[in-house]
Amino acid sequence: MHAFFLYIPRHTEVLTVENATHLIACHECDLVLRIPTVATGQSVRCQRCGALLLRKRKNSLDRTLAFSSAGLILFFLANAFPFLSFQMEAQIRQTTLITGIRELYAQDLQLLALLVLLTTVIVPFVQLAGMLYVLVPVRLNRNAPKLMESFRLIQRLRPWSMMEVFMLGILVSMVKLAQTAKIIPGLALYAFMALIFLMAAAIASLDPHTVWEKWKERP
Amino acid sequence: MTRSIATAKGLDLVGCPSCHLLCRGQYLGPRQRRICPRCKAVLHVRKPLSIPRTWALLIAAVIFYIPANVLPITTVTSFGSTQSDTILSGVLYFIKTGMWPIAVIIFIASVIVPLAKMLILGFLLISVQRRFPGHKRDRTLLYRITEVIGRWSMVDIYVVTILVALVNLGSFASVQAGPAAPFFAAVVVITMAASMQFDPRLIWDVEPPVQKGEAPR
Ligand SMILES: [Zn+2]
Repeated sequence: MHAFFLYIPRHTEVLTVENATHLIACHECDLVLRIPTVATGQSVRCQRCGALLLRKRKNSLDRTLAFSSAGLILFFLANAFPFLSFQMEAQIRQTTLITGIRELYAQDLQLLALLVLLTTVIVPFVQLAGMLYVLVPVRLNRNAPKLMESFRLIQRLRPWSMMEVFMLGILVSMVKLAQTAKIIPGLALYAFMALIFLMAAAIASLDPHTVWEKWKERP
Repeated sequence: MTRSIATAKGLDLVGCPSCHLLCRGQYLGPRQRRICPRCKAVLHVRKPLSIPRTWALLIAAVIFYIPANVLPITTVTSFGSTQSDTILSGVLYFIKTGMWPIAVIIFIASVIVPLAKMLILGFLLISVQRRFPGHKRDRTLLYRITEVIGRWSMVDIYVVTILVALVNLGSFASVQAGPAAPFFAAVVVITMAASMQFDPRLIWDVEPPVQKGEAPR
């Protein structure tokens, strides 16, 4: 049974409303709704505004953990190996994921370089590592310092992880340069593409509600 | 008979913005702020100063949008000659050279998306301030669209980053990022922040709330 409780002033005392009625307020329109029993694979939407309130996923924790760990490995591959090579007549230039960021920095666009670094490297890494940091203890019914703060942080950071937008940028650049030079994709590019799918899968299989519930039930 | 709707605000409750727990909200954390007993997020009945903050960010974005489009975003050097391109002249170049799919992608991501986002946010702000009663569901949908599409505008910034990295063979062939690039990136970041500051619950606040104590249906 997943109970939704109304908390009364002191957080140690839990007040159930109408025999543990499951209530939730829609985060987009503030409507208070009773939560129906949700079957695995189903989602609940707000009756009034259509916002996605919660979803139940099969083996949510295990799947998200698997996708995130695999993603972390690919993250290191994507950053360690050559990304794209540019060949024009006899000259070849090999780049890694952060070459462009260094170049922007050298051209006196430090803030722009920082933004690109944050959105394509740092935030995705924090998301992947943070997912493991939060979900491993939750899965094992253990605690870890700042566990829920970390979970809140990774959820808030989600819009700032823009790897799939960067991938579109790569495709545009490759087509743009195709007429003047030869572009050779490197190992890191394939790792990066796979990483995008793993990240999307990790987020799609994550069911935050389960994490919060498990957190509350821990000993 | 007027239909009354049970909202968290009307029942003196607060939905946690982070873990969605419905809280009674008097549990005070450090600095006398109301915090969620489950996840320790700070609770607000509505996002504080949502309308003025969203307006401020929106106006800043509109101002930055002008240099982002007027100034060159890239400068290309090839065989000693240099050529600067703005966002729009870049799109025109793609059309001229027959690269239609790229022209469409860049035009949508760099021109349509930021403009649409700023117009929608402006309209939502005005509709909330004037307390428009109708089309609440559609307006909430518009808000959701601004949240989803904004990040795709970064594609042009990434193209510049990749070109700068790859095309770097000195006077033979090289690309420099132009002064429009930081302005355009600022527009993307600021409009994303603006849409995060806007509180869609304000759209629904014109409906009469249920009386305190009345049980939600
Ligand atoms: Zn709703």
